[in-house]
Amino acid sequence: MLTKRIIPCLDIKDGRTVKGVNFVNIREAGDPVELGHAYAKQGADELTFLDITATIDKRSTFVELVKQIALNVNIPFTVGGGISTEDNVSKLLEAGADKITINSAAVKNPDLIDRLAGEFGSQCIVLAIDSNYENDTDIVYVHGGRKPTTRHTMEWAKEAVERGAGEILLTSMNHDGTKDGFAIGITKELAETLPVPIIASGGAGTCEHFVEVFNEGKADAALAASIFHFGEIPIPQLKQYLNENNITVRL
Amino acid sequence: MKVAIIKYNAGNIHSVRLALQRLGIEPQVTSDTELINAADKVIFPGVGEASTAMNFINKNGIAEVIKQLKQPVLGICLGLQLMGAHSEENDTRCLGIFNLEIKKFPPRNKVPHMGWNLIRNLSSRLFEGLPGKPYVYFVHSYYAEKFDSTIATTDYILPFSAAIKKDNFYAVQFHPEKSGKVGEQILRNFLKL
Repeated sequence: MLTKRIIPCLDIKDGRTVKGVNFVNIREAGDPVELGHAYAKQGADELTFLDITATIDKRSTFVELVKQIALNVNIPFTVGGGISTEDNVSKLLEAGADKITINSAAVKNPDLIDRLAGEFGSQCIVLAIDSNYENDTDIVYVHGGRKPTTRHTMEWAKEAVERGAGEILLTSMNHDGTKDGFAIGITKELAETLPVPIIASGGAGTCEHFVEVFNEGKADAALAASIFHFGEIPIPQLKQYLNENNITVRL
Repeated sequence: MKVAIIKYNAGNIHSVRLALQRLGIEPQVTSDTELINAADKVIFPGVGEASTAMNFINKNGIAEVIKQLKQPVLGICLGLQLMGAHSEENDTRCLGIFNLEIKKFPPRNKVPHMGWNLIRNLSSRLFEGLPGKPYVYFVHSYYAEKFDSTIATTDYILPFSAAIKKDNFYAVQFHPEKSGKVGEQILRNFLKL
């Protein structure tokens, strides 16, 4: 059976992991290459690296970093942050990334999804959606969750998949950082409607939250950052727990 | 040992190169037919679309070279599919090394089949010494049926060939270069053939 995937996410700024990390056996805590390698060894199924540097001139630092990650990590990894052109994608894939995520640029110019899927294949195009539940509906936000749009999450996700997005990375802004659990409702709605995998993100705090998002939310994968970085939930322990709860994982 | 990775218009070629480098091998990534012929081991990787890839390798004389290779050859993902006789993807005539029809998954579940899945019924030296339950990483929308050259199977929507072998030709549908320790062991086994 196809397993549910556990994906640690690393935020990168100027080539370093931003959030503090507290990892056993890692002295240089901020080194994304070393962290990625350690997560892969612990049993992470995939890795995601988001470049939050934002300025164009630092972009080459990130491409160099992607090369180092590719050389050291033996599992698939996705990179994203500020991608808006075919050239951005081509450089990152050439550097060794397996998939890329796009977000704000795709909302602004949905045709970007068609072009990227056409040139590089749907399998490497992940559409990231920052979704906020407000006034009884799920609204898409852009610019790192700072700017609301007029798009509804379900309708945007459907359009993106029709245009060629191969996966949806759904982050619930209401849940992100709360450690109160994932947004089950919208995750389930997307997972049961769309013919592509849904990666749930935002709100992971306990092992039970992962059981919920897989069983009730029907997610194909779950992404989290701080609970892994701070060693609150070591990946082997999480996967063992999922296994005991009859969720198929790679052990 | 000289290892050639066949370079053509498909994605993912560099991941295979990097995986071999992690094993201490410096492969040649090349579309030069002489270099391919002279290599001890040849890897035919790829992620992409069948007809575009076949057109390219036919035009560049790579198709003919692959068919007559006598050293161990490892096809990966699209590489496996192109070794078949025909693919439903854009009704493409393939290399015909295996008498095999490549079909599209029926949409009874999400397609592509993407992620980690178990390989079973392993019957080849390619799979010697694998640790624990061998989970490997797949990304594909088309599959090879089970047939008499199948050396590993996987279930997704239906049972299909995860790996096939005939004479010196080996091919895997999954990505050993992205399959952690299990994938590394499979690549090491291939290099020892």
